[in-house]
Amino acid sequence: MAFYRAHILVDTGPPAMLKGAMAVKAALIEEIKRRGLDNEIKVVETGDLGVRGGGPALVIYPEGITYAGVTTADVPEIVEEHLVKGRQVKRLVYSETTPGVVETTERPRSKEMRIILKNVGVIDPTSIEEYIAAGGYEAVGKTLTKMTPEQVIAEIKASQLKGRGGAAFPTGLKWEFTAKAQGREKAVVCNADEGEPGNFKDRLILEGDPHQIIEGMIIAGYAVGAHEGFVYIRGEYHQAAAIMERAIGLAREMGLLGKNILESGFNFDIQVLRGAGAYICGEETALLESIEGKRGQSRMKPPFPPTYGLMGSPTVVNNVETFCNVPHIILNGADWFTAIGTGQSKGTKILTPCGDVLLPGAYEVPFGVTLREVLYNMAGGTKSGKDIKAVMMGGPSGIVVDSGSLDRRLCAEDLQPGAGALIVVDVDKCMVDTMVNVAKFFYHESCGQCVPCREGTKRMLETLSWWASGAGSESDIKMLEQLANTMSLSSKCGLGQFAGVAFKSSLPLFADEYRAHVVDKVCPTGVCPMDRVLEEVN
Amino acid sequence: MAQVRIKIDGQDVVCEAGSTILQAAQSAGIYIPTLCYHADLMPEGVCRVCSVEVKGQRTLCAACCFPVTDGMEVLTHTPKVRESRRMIVELMLANHPQECLTCSKNQKCELQKFAKELGISDIRFKGERRAYDIDASSPIIRDPDKCILCGRCVRTCDDLQGIGTLHPAYRGWKTLVVPGLGGDMSDVVCVNCGQCINRCPTGALKAKDPAPEIWDAIYDPTKHVVVQTAPAVRASIGEEFGLPPGTRVTKKMVTALKMLGFDRVMDTDFTADLTIMEEGSELIQRIKEGGVLPQITSCSPGWIKFIEYYYPELLPHVSTCKSPQQMFGALAKTYYAQKMKIDPKDIVSVSIMPCTAKKFECERPEMYSSGYKDVDYVLTTREAAGMMKEAGIDLPNLRESEYDDPLGMSTGAAVIFGNTGGVMEAALRTAYALITGHELEKVEIEAVRGMEGVREATIQVGDLPVKAAVAHGLANARQVLEGIKSGRFADYHFIEIMCCPGGCIGGGGQPQPTNEEIRKARTRAIYDEDEAMTIRRSHENPAVQKLYEEFLGHPLSHKSHELLHTHYTPRERRSIRHRAAERADAGSEPKTTKADHSKKVRVD
Amino acid sequence: MIPLLRDIQAEVGYLSPEIMETVAEHLGTTVGQVHGVATFYTLFSTKPQGRYVIRLCDSPPCHLEGSAAIRKAVENELGISEGETTEDGLFTLETVSCLGVCGVSPAMMVNDDVYGNLTPESIPEIINRYREGD
Repeated sequence: MAFYRAHILVDTGPPAMLKGAMAVKAALIEEIKRRGLDNEIKVVETGDLGVRGGGPALVIYPEGITYAGVTTADVPEIVEEHLVKGRQVKRLVYSETTPGVVETTERPRSKEMRIILKNVGVIDPTSIEEYIAAGGYEAVGKTLTKMTPEQVIAEIKASQLKGRGGAAFPTGLKWEFTAKAQGREKAVVCNADEGEPGNFKDRLILEGDPHQIIEGMIIAGYAVGAHEGFVYIRGEYHQAAAIMERAIGLAREMGLLGKNILESGFNFDIQVLRGAGAYICGEETALLESIEGKRGQSRMKPPFPPTYGLMGSPTVVNNVETFCNVPHIILNGADWFTAIGTGQSKGTKILTPCGDVLLPGAYEVPFGVTLREVLYNMAGGTKSGKDIKAVMMGGPSGIVVDSGSLDRRLCAEDLQPGAGALIVVDVDKCMVDTMVNVAKFFYHESCGQCVPCREGTKRMLETLSWWASGAGSESDIKMLEQLANTMSLSSKCGLGQFAGVAFKSSLPLFADEYRAHVVDKVCPTGVCPMDRVLEEVN
Repeated sequence: MAQVRIKIDGQDVVCEAGSTILQAAQSAGIYIPTLCYHADLMPEGVCRVCSVEVKGQRTLCAACCFPVTDGMEVLTHTPKVRESRRMIVELMLANHPQECLTCSKNQKCELQKFAKELGISDIRFKGERRAYDIDASSPIIRDPDKCILCGRCVRTCDDLQGIGTLHPAYRGWKTLVVPGLGGDMSDVVCVNCGQCINRCPTGALKAKDPAPEIWDAIYDPTKHVVVQTAPAVRASIGEEFGLPPGTRVTKKMVTALKMLGFDRVMDTDFTADLTIMEEGSELIQRIKEGGVLPQITSCSPGWIKFIEYYYPELLPHVSTCKSPQQMFGALAKTYYAQKMKIDPKDIVSVSIMPCTAKKFECERPEMYSSGYKDVDYVLTTREAAGMMKEAGIDLPNLRESEYDDPLGMSTGAAVIFGNTGGVMEAALRTAYALITGHELEKVEIEAVRGMEGVREATIQVGDLPVKAAVAHGLANARQVLEGIKSGRFADYHFIEIMCCPGGCIGGGGQPQPTNEEIRKARTRAIYDEDEAMTIRRSHENPAVQKLYEEFLGHPLSHKSHELLHTHYTPRERRSIRHRAAERADAGSEPKTTKADHSKKVRVD
Repeated sequence: MIPLLRDIQAEVGYLSPEIMETVAEHLGTTVGQVHGVATFYTLFSTKPQGRYVIRLCDSPPCHLEGSAAIRKAVENELGISEGETTEDGLFTLETVSCLGVCGVSPAMMVNDDVYGNLTPESIPEIINRYREGD
């Protein structure tokens, strides 16, 4: 591989593509060639940089400067100024500006620790060579040639890695159950359904560093004795699926998937499967039902997938990010991993602040950083500059906290970040309106099997909608609280169990605002119509 | 089997490893309420009524699904549990029509039972309720508004009967149990077995009840109304009056029917004996002349419709004999009419059956052999009891009466038609005599009795080892038919297939609830009834012999063929396309019209 | 079954009764199973849809960033409401749950294309791209 002094990574994620990212890339290549610099400067496509702004974006290394809103007309200037003369083109440097408010010139990454996201936005995700050059597949090599399955499980257990999809179940334990379970044709399933609103970290990894996932799955398969892997990618993630398919094909060509991987005698192959639009299929047993060609209805648990999974065989179901942690743990050791994070939450977590924040995006931090550090130091505070009213921890299925929790630490001991989304609501928004929207989500996504969830999500939406239209009554508050309790205690699966959590947790924090709606028939923020008219929900 | 010790409500319970909490509780006589759970079906755990507290578990657990582990501590009625249960039932009631008073399941509804048991006095959720159309296009009437989505009918149709017509569609609050492509029952594969009705906890599924028309006929002085009673009914109708399952009430039932005003109370058992004569002769003929073997029985109309849908190529195996119900109907308006000098057009022929498929059977175009509709109305056991109650008849305390002639006399062989294996046993009792010229030493043929899904036996009939098989429930029927195709049953002579689990005593028209214990009790009663009869073999029935002498001539005669035999029709499984397409274009999405609101409505 | 239905949905545009029956026969299952799956998942439709299906995200991050205004803009531009198809058969409008591009909310998809950072003003231009492409 030639030695390049600079790399330009062009964002070719879905939002950027439609704004002409490819044209910009082509213009860059042409300009660089025209100036005879093509042996020194490499232009590559990369995944969604998660940059907010208009138009295509790119990152130039080694400086790590991000330019956004780049047009083909800007290309000659970028090449001339930045690549030849070493001067930043300030007007294009990524910043989010709202007239009259905060202007930042650089994306703060102070406490960020990009281990999983190390390659995202850096390497060409369609190149397996670049992944390998960056240290990829070394962990697979070490695992298959130097470790036994038991040693792998022991290492993962010692690392105290917990699931990154929101449930935080100890991964080593899950693998151990699966390894010990009776059954042929065990399977490894990667849950890339990522339906929890506010979360897009898995998409970034799928689009930006798919081989990391493959590596984690191969190691998992080896550890539990499975030879088949499946990546279940939600139906809406077209580009992610295409990139993953390509990556799998390249891995096969290199003998890293298929029979007798690295002459170890271990066979493992991966297939991409697609969802068809159902949040419930992010629940592991509903996901398995979907793979089996059925309605995505969760199964009764126990038995759990490690005992009875895909087609009844023992199955490991883990989140994308969880798998990505595995190669690093294998290479660097459990001790290295446990040194990061807190007592009960080891390693890093990718967080995606979004909603009313200035700089929504994916930030990878060690467990234990405070909410304030992420939302203000990294994500730039609120877009409006006003105070934060509430944050949904992990998504609408997580608890709601108010600004009083900003200095709490994101870890199991204090404030859990769930799957990673931090949906920020500023003081101009109405909690009732927000809760109606949350209720609408669960109403649409409930599979409909069990009574508490099917009927409960409907009644929550109905009642909260009445509040927003000024037709609520005070007794509703207690009624909904009891309903939320029943849902969390009796629902058949996590969807129903957590559908009422946001509302219930918000009750003590925003009691006055709720009472204003149902007793005084007033919406303090003026958001709710309060016109005693009900909108039809389909 | 390994044993496990747990505690339920502080009580020590020992149970088998692999049991669920519910099974453990039931074995110890501890009550846990259930709704979607049914003993005949695999548990789904969707109603969550059976939720209980299990020490160490984050949420409540569904007792019907949760497996026991050694040392488990379960609490079934804590405040947390009771509150959840109440809320769950309250939620169901909030989405349910409030018409208990006029509902067919009034006093027998399981949801109503919980409303009472949990002391629900207010339904706080006063919003939208389901508003679907009733589907009365087939003998099985669907009222989706009353459905609580327990899934019992789905599991019954799918797992028990192997047909899978009823299934959940759409998602979330709009989930609906629908047949086929979301249209009407008449547009899909449905054999009308009514097993779904038997297990429905509410009034969402019921059969079309002809009681109003029958009352009219009874009170019409110009009409002569005859009624026939199926074998299974006499051992089951008592349950509708609070008698324990397996109480025989034959002669009281006859009295009750006379009190209702039927002009003649006769017995399907008579034509059951007749069926044996015809079918036994048919079997012997096939054996002697190299006809299609194995021969399969044809008295179960749900089974007949099943083979017409799924295995029409095997129809030549099916006996051409009609069912006893239809043979009776044909004779009622010919032989009986002539004997009694009544104009057949004035005869209204009613049957009381444990079966809902009989309602479909009497409508078949072939069933007009008498020149009129052979059987006009079919009442299920439940519906007949309903008429009796309406008339203030207290069945358990009536005196006994005898059936009327000439179609009222029967033998023990006839009554066992009600059980799975009964037709086979009755046929063998007669075939033995017809072939060897002697009688079987022991009239009971244990080899074909029992509840296993598919049973086989070889009975030595003189020089001929007759290979016989018996199946009940359509999932088992399918197995047998596949076995015929694969050659496994190729050298068999005679196979009995009953559509319903347990045979007719488990029929779709029988009293609810149903479970294996209850079916066993009814089965026992039928065998007791057989034992108590003086004549145990069909060919010894003097009334049947007289029928042949006076009217039919001999089995398989021309007249017999005319009146007592039939043919079958292969059926298309696909829905009627243009109707389905029309419906799809019109929008196969479920319609819910809001009770109080239209698109944008003021809320006051 | 789901991969098969996805392919057919992409080719034909919807899953008609005939298609569902054929799939059932092909897979050796009941038509009810196919219908149950076809009506469960958001990306399947049992009714004909427009050539372009617009899927507006209405989950919390997009809602907070103004998806309601986007919806009104789309409805105005197309003259249809949610669940409807334009008379020329070009566009069907649906509101869906989180699309997973929350960094650029409010967002929507038009068939496989993703649009983020939407403003009501940007809607007509996006729609026209498809009108012209027709």
